[in-house]
Amino acid sequence: MSKTPSERPITNIADLLALAHQIEADAVQRYTEFAEQMETHNNQELVKVFRDLARAEGIHAAEIRKMAGDVDLVAQAQRLGRWNKGDSPEEADLGAAHYMMTPWHALQLALVGEKQALAFFTSIVESAKDAKIKEMAAEFVEEEAEHVNLVYRLLRKYPQPADEWSEDDDPPIAQD
Amino acid sequence: MPEADSISIAILGSGGAGALTAGNFLLEAACAAGWHGLLTRTVGPQIRGGEAAALVRLASSPVECLAEHFDLLIGIDWLNAHRFGAEIETAPHSLVISDPRGGDLPPVVGRSGARVVEVPIKEMAKAIPGGRPNMIVLGIAAGLLGLAEDILTPVIEKRLAGKGAAAVEASRAGLKAGMAAVADLDLGRRLAPAEPVGNAKRWLVSGNETTGLGAIRGGVRFAAAYPITPASEILEWLAPNLPKVGGVLLQAEDELAAINMIIGASYGGTPALTATSGPGLSLMMEALGLATASEIPIVVIDVMRAGPSTGIPTKSEQADLNIAVYGFHGDAPHLVLAPQSVGDCLFTTQWGVHLAETLQVPAIVLSDQFTGQAVAAIDRPADIAFVGQRSTAVDFSGTYKRYAATAGGVSPMAIPGTRGGQYTADGLTHNERGDPTSSESDHRAQLDKRLAKLEQFAYGDHWATIEGDGELAVIAWGSLTGAAREAIQRVCRSGLDIRLLAPRLLLPVQPERFAGALAGVKRLLVVEQSHGAQFHRYLRAHYDLPADVRVLNRPGPLPIKPSEIEQAIMRWSS
Amino acid sequence: MSAIELRPTCKPADYKSEVHPIWCPGCGDYHVLMAFTRAFAQLGLAPENTVVVSGIGCSSRVPAYTTCYGFHGVHGRSLALATGLKVARPDLTVIVASGDGDGYSIGGNHFLHACRRNIDMTYVVMDNRVYGMTKGQPSPTTEPDFDTALSPGGTGLSPFHPLVIALASGANFVARAFSGAPNETASILVEAIRHPGFSFVEILSPCVTFRPDEREWKSLVHSAPVGVTHDPAKAARRIMTDDGFNIGILYSGDRRPYQPRMEGQNVDLADLEKDFEL
Repeated sequence: MSKTPSERPITNIADLLALAHQIEADAVQRYTEFAEQMETHNNQELVKVFRDLARAEGIHAAEIRKMAGDVDLVAQAQRLGRWNKGDSPEEADLGAAHYMMTPWHALQLALVGEKQALAFFTSIVESAKDAKIKEMAAEFVEEEAEHVNLVYRLLRKYPQPADEWSEDDDPPIAQD
Repeated sequence: MPEADSISIAILGSGGAGALTAGNFLLEAACAAGWHGLLTRTVGPQIRGGEAAALVRLASSPVECLAEHFDLLIGIDWLNAHRFGAEIETAPHSLVISDPRGGDLPPVVGRSGARVVEVPIKEMAKAIPGGRPNMIVLGIAAGLLGLAEDILTPVIEKRLAGKGAAAVEASRAGLKAGMAAVADLDLGRRLAPAEPVGNAKRWLVSGNETTGLGAIRGGVRFAAAYPITPASEILEWLAPNLPKVGGVLLQAEDELAAINMIIGASYGGTPALTATSGPGLSLMMEALGLATASEIPIVVIDVMRAGPSTGIPTKSEQADLNIAVYGFHGDAPHLVLAPQSVGDCLFTTQWGVHLAETLQVPAIVLSDQFTGQAVAAIDRPADIAFVGQRSTAVDFSGTYKRYAATAGGVSPMAIPGTRGGQYTADGLTHNERGDPTSSESDHRAQLDKRLAKLEQFAYGDHWATIEGDGELAVIAWGSLTGAAREAIQRVCRSGLDIRLLAPRLLLPVQPERFAGALAGVKRLLVVEQSHGAQFHRYLRAHYDLPADVRVLNRPGPLPIKPSEIEQAIMRWSS
Repeated sequence: MSAIELRPTCKPADYKSEVHPIWCPGCGDYHVLMAFTRAFAQLGLAPENTVVVSGIGCSSRVPAYTTCYGFHGVHGRSLALATGLKVARPDLTVIVASGDGDGYSIGGNHFLHACRRNIDMTYVVMDNRVYGMTKGQPSPTTEPDFDTALSPGGTGLSPFHPLVIALASGANFVARAFSGAPNETASILVEAIRHPGFSFVEILSPCVTFRPDEREWKSLVHSAPVGVTHDPAKAARRIMTDDGFNIGILYSGDRRPYQPRMEGQNVDLADLEKDFEL
């Protein structure tokens, strides 16, 4: 259930790329899911925020696929079977959504995700024996650090909402 | 000795006396010898050991109801027989055989003026090793009816073979003793010879059994069962017979499960059926609506019993018409059919399966306790071509629309396992694709579709039985069709012309055909077994009736006899 | 736990329809749907051979959100409907989706008998300890002091143990999962679907709208301290003494599933009449 990275060391580049790709691909999926939920619940501002986040992660994923060349990263990740018990690091918690959530909330979620990904790659740098793997992991650390910084900068634009942000005068409606 | 077209025999005794068995053997023997016959029974409330009476009518031509009186009443004992009341009515000409140690005669018998002769039935049975009173009674009945011993013996041998040679011997001895005991007695009438049977095969069968066979012939291969009097025999017949044809019957934990199980099986592509009575039908209402809304064919047999609520489980009535027709919440057009006799249970059930499958809608078949549990000798019903023909979708180009608007209103159904046809069936109002919707146009379109598919269908001549001509018509349904027909036959002997109309298809209503059937009719007699005259109100609600309408209605437990109908007609014809 | 072996041709996205769920954002059922699609992908199920049957309630909306065949039936009767379907069509994979109201209250009777019959299907109950769809009434698993409009101050009634009831009634596989761990839930579902007979998986799935207090579930759930047992009595005792948040496969049995054979004999219809003949 936790988001802590698996203990098994990574021993080859393909595996590292596969996991990095999985992290980004899962994040794309998760932000797209959020965007659809926001669309169904008429929170237009958040639709844009989540689609933007999904697009950004998608770009990262595409970059990683390019790095991998011919290797089928999806199949590789399936074989590795990481994160069986929990979510991959950047997968935001769907349970944290709210139909009246604000961009600040979405960015907080993104921040958590990026920090977890950063922590994941940092731990690989620390634990990997292979120099090439260390190097590549270090590159990912820089990437993720940039993402973290970006989210912080975006957060400057949105103040923390007031305590009553989720107050809705209208009651829930039974549909069945 | 004068000949009678029909002779009625009642055999009474408490549990253990075997009165019902004696009645069954008598019917079987007489019918095997070529006569026609009908047997019903009436019992006390006990599970075992209670008072029981076999009510048998033998005739020279087919009969579908009991006669007014019993010509021969045999009492092994009279314990609690007063409970049967007018069900065992005798006439002055009747002969009553009474065991002197059997207790007091029921008042209705004493009052009738019938001749009473004492025969020590139980003593005679004791005198035979392994002897049983009911075999003595069988002999008495056979002797008085003029049935030869060799008509009875094959039945005894066949039915008691499982109990061993000693039992068969004892029964034959009892038969002989009974016949000897009445050698000097005269019933005062003899049964007229039966009409020639020809090559037709004949069956001895109950309405519940023919219902089961009709279901299988129609294509049913899944049944869910929750036992309820008087429908359980349908399910008990299906239980071993469905597997013989590759089907299965599953006992459910309650009627709510049973109706939902058959919806599930039908959704999976297998024609499915359940059988129940009034209280069970009430429980099934919600799911019947689900099947209607999601357009899933199912058949529910309701073997009606006296109500309301728990009512009289062992007696017949025709008071589930309202719930069958109007019991659904929302506007939910569906099928309601009603068989008219033991043989017609086969046809109507088979037709019901065919219609349900073709129109993708539930069909309620209103049988009743009288027809369901009566045993009759009938000509083997003809094979009919109605087999369930569901329209299934196999080609999927583009998005599959389960509930697409079509010319006849029936849209092809994708059966699970068919690639590309995935859809979610729903009780929620849906659009053509099956997605839930609350839009005005979708809701109306689907309501229109489900109504149109029923109203536009050509049901053919089977929708009703129409016989005779004349300005006076009798309209009845279900088991009263036979009584009405017999009453009309008697009246027509005096030269009158009376029409009979008995609808077999109660829903959807057929206004044009109804008007045609009653063209020229000035007086209409409605006959029904319902305290609240449900059939009369249904007719008024849906059809134009002649100016002059009279209603002969009463509740159960006593069936309406031909003489009552005859009298009502005669009072009106003068 | 066995390694996930995803067949490359089956992706979870293949099992998700384009219908957008009406569930409140934050609802645990989104994760459950995710777990369904991941489990189906892992098993390589053909959507056309899989049927998701449900009753009424938020959880019961699941069928239309998948690309499988589905039946959204009436309240409490999904197990009966699924039973008829599976007996008539043993070739299909049948999943039943329900909630604590639909499954344990109005559906209670059918629950007992479905476990008893042990027909091969998988029953998933999304338990949020409240009637969500109808705006917050207590359910059979709600705590006795939970205040609601229909039961001010709480019902005062103890919740029962659906997993123990399942064991006592004969279920062949019993597990508890948590929606907040969709991958682990998917693994449990894979095992449940693979396991012959009646498999029952209760998924704790918080209701964000009527039980915001259930947000804390993610810190309360934990793996069951011991592995799966094949002894139902042992499993029952463990469950009755746990804190309600043990996650994992708790019982796995070997009762033979009930499946009456529908093919086989094919007697001539005329033979059925023989007993009627005079």
